[in-house]
Amino acid sequence: MVWIKATALSAATFITGEEFWRGCVAVVCFLLFWQIGSRSVDWLGFAVPAVSQIPPPTAVLHQLYVLIQEPSFWYSGYLSSVRVFEGFAAAMVIGIPLGLAMAVSRIFYGIAFPVFEVLRPIPPLAWVPASIIFWPTQELSIAFVTFLGAFFTIVINVIGGAQAIDIRYFQAARSMGSSNWDIFRRIILPGTLPSIVVGATVGVGITWAVVVAAEMISGGGSAGSMGGAAGGGLGFFIWNSYVGGSYTQIVAGMITIGIAGYISSALLRKVGDWLTPWLAEP
Amino acid sequence: MTETEVTGLRTFQPAESGIVATDTPNSWALSMHRTALWLKSPRPYLMLIGFGLFLGFWYLSVEVLKLPRFAQMPGPTEVIDEWLNQDPTYGLSIFIPEYYMHIWVSTRRIAIAFFLATVTGVPLGLFLGWSQRFKQYVFPVFELLRPIPPLAWVPLAIVMFRGSETPVIFLTFLASFYATALNTMLGVQSIDVSLIRAASCLGAKRWQIFRHIVVPGALPFIFTGLQISVGVAWFSLVAGEMVSGQYGLGYVINTSYTMVRYPTIIIGMVTLGIVGYVTSAAIRAVGDYMMQWRTRELSLGRQ
Amino acid sequence: MAVDQGEAFPGTSRTLRRGHIRIEDAVKIYGPQNGGILAVDHCTFDVPAGEITVVVGPSGCGKTTLLNAIAGFHSLSAGAIYLDEEVLCGPGRLKAEPGPDRIVVFQNGALFPWKTNIDNVTFGPIMQGTMTPAHAYEKARHMMADAGLRGIENNYPGEISSGVRRRVEIVRALMNDPKILLLDEPYRALDSLTKSVMHEALLDIFYRTRVTVFFITHDLEEAIFLGHRVIIMTTRPCRPKKVLDIDIPHPRDYSVLTTKRFRELMDETAMAVHEEAIKAFEAGEMER
Repeated sequence: MVWIKATALSAATFITGEEFWRGCVAVVCFLLFWQIGSRSVDWLGFAVPAVSQIPPPTAVLHQLYVLIQEPSFWYSGYLSSVRVFEGFAAAMVIGIPLGLAMAVSRIFYGIAFPVFEVLRPIPPLAWVPASIIFWPTQELSIAFVTFLGAFFTIVINVIGGAQAIDIRYFQAARSMGSSNWDIFRRIILPGTLPSIVVGATVGVGITWAVVVAAEMISGGGSAGSMGGAAGGGLGFFIWNSYVGGSYTQIVAGMITIGIAGYISSALLRKVGDWLTPWLAEP
Repeated sequence: MTETEVTGLRTFQPAESGIVATDTPNSWALSMHRTALWLKSPRPYLMLIGFGLFLGFWYLSVEVLKLPRFAQMPGPTEVIDEWLNQDPTYGLSIFIPEYYMHIWVSTRRIAIAFFLATVTGVPLGLFLGWSQRFKQYVFPVFELLRPIPPLAWVPLAIVMFRGSETPVIFLTFLASFYATALNTMLGVQSIDVSLIRAASCLGAKRWQIFRHIVVPGALPFIFTGLQISVGVAWFSLVAGEMVSGQYGLGYVINTSYTMVRYPTIIIGMVTLGIVGYVTSAAIRAVGDYMMQWRTRELSLGRQ
Repeated sequence: MAVDQGEAFPGTSRTLRRGHIRIEDAVKIYGPQNGGILAVDHCTFDVPAGEITVVVGPSGCGKTTLLNAIAGFHSLSAGAIYLDEEVLCGPGRLKAEPGPDRIVVFQNGALFPWKTNIDNVTFGPIMQGTMTPAHAYEKARHMMADAGLRGIENNYPGEISSGVRRRVEIVRALMNDPKILLLDEPYRALDSLTKSVMHEALLDIFYRTRVTVFFITHDLEEAIFLGHRVIIMTTRPCRPKKVLDIDIPHPRDYSVLTTKRFRELMDETAMAVHEEAIKAFEAGEMER
């Protein structure tokens, strides 16, 4: 297919370009600094502050290699991903219509937005205890907090996107005889799509942050942890690694979460590009 | 009936005045004028309806209908009663000095972390946006660490830094730093290239362009970034405090939960909301002051 | 050739006039050197010193590329450009350095929004260090007053209308005593009433300073009204299709528009421009 060839070609041009090599240089320097710093007591004779407490990249890599072969690790990754997906999907399903409603109806905006703005500064994690009290299961309480994280971002972006639509599009549609519903479907919806995509990409990052945090807090805080190092999601995993004193696992877990988060954002961006072909560079 | 009324959207009409009168209204008069307009519009009343509905729903479900799902939740009267009580049952109200101590501790941490994040993030962002070379070296490493959520750093931060304050501040700093640096970089990239070209035509050298064009030009984005950054800082701070802090609003919320002092949880949340909003608004105000040219332009257009 | 002899303006002598641009066999290809977009195709023409030369052509034909090459924002792929017999860019040095001898006035305006008008105007000399701030501000005040811009010195560009902004931008350029003023469709975004005022203002400035002007537009009437010389470009890739010397005497004012000679000139050129416009339309030009 043509696009495979095109992607391969652009990948090849990128790799041979100077931009790629400079980036590599920096990454290598960073890894070197990390390696030397964490072994600084042995290699340099004194302890570099903070960095010397971290396990070296070599050990972390080895740990990752070990973990990849353990199904329970993949399972916790799966658990976290499911939570992210649930919370995020809920946030989109509720947030997008709500945002659109606020953008379209002045009255609804006047009623809902102030309450929304007052609740927004409260960090999602502050909702955790309230959420635990309210929802019957721990899963639901985590899901609710996750939902909150992405929800506010998405709604704000939707409203902003709808407001930014050039008024002339409405005027043009009107003069061609569109009804209110038509305008909604054909102008507001597509016009807001780019902002929805941006909100989603940012929102998914926040969702990951909240999931990890919620897993750590409700798993680490309560007495009943799942048992085993890789039981209840990647957040649990990191916390338990900390409690169990296995620092390499901590870092390995962090890296895994980072990769997972990056993949979700990239996926969303791709979906977004597919949904908004008119924004693509020629 | 214009389109804006039909659809309810508000659109921005660019300013198109003639040569300006020597008597531009100052920003104070403008604010007064806008407040007066706002009071006459339906907006304040809709707002009251909104809050009324929200509080009403809460009140009804907990205290009147006593829905089973809400059995353990404290109701609004309980919370307000506790919050404004001179002798609160669970130990925290606006009359207790400890309350303010927690607020102060959290705010102080935010201030330190935010200050550090701004002082490192803004210059980094400026250079990332301005110098292609610099960006090619630094950005990949920057992006490598970014996807790791703040709270995932907690155990590592505890391991890396001594004491109980530093890890929390480090966490908060990290999240803030990324938001600031990214938005600053975007700000530089968003500057109209004609402005830079005009400056070089007029004989400005590169560092002069940086100082006179790039830095002021990026300011709007920088301030948006700072507002986001303070929001993210609160997010991380609360997380950090809940896991490993002593004192602070996050700590209050967490311990209130473990000690079954539920109304205090709500008090903590509300306080967080207020303080978070105030910090954000303060930054916005500073931004408006520093970017006089924008406030004047926008106020002329949006009568 | 140009009819004005210069003796009506005391203090300016022919020999002092500079800003002569010679474009020789210029070629510009965007993208990879074989297979990219050919924007300028072996283009050769002259911009005489001390005169207003207007380049007219359909949108996207490459005229802005030429202006950018003169200004130093883009490089050429081949060919050379000379300023007063010295090489600006050419083989071995395909990109000129931007500088205060060739100042551009941009299509959408490029006043710095965060500086007041007078801060904008004094920007050039202060950055270059050619004047003390006190001297620069004094000169700026005079020049703004001369241009009818008194009273808005301490306002921000966002507070004045776009027509006035253009005038401030031109004064900002002139503060640096440039050899040539490069105007890239500066009045395109203005309504035609404001435009007519702008035209007369530009001519007024020209008569006082005799700066060489290189003006790009797609508006034929504007071109003939302002220019000593009008060069009509083909559609992309551009080269001069027709060069017209406008023999309407300077100083001109708007009454010139209704003279017979003006209409004759319009007739002569309209057909040429229209041909190119049709070609451009059929090729589906995109605005760049």
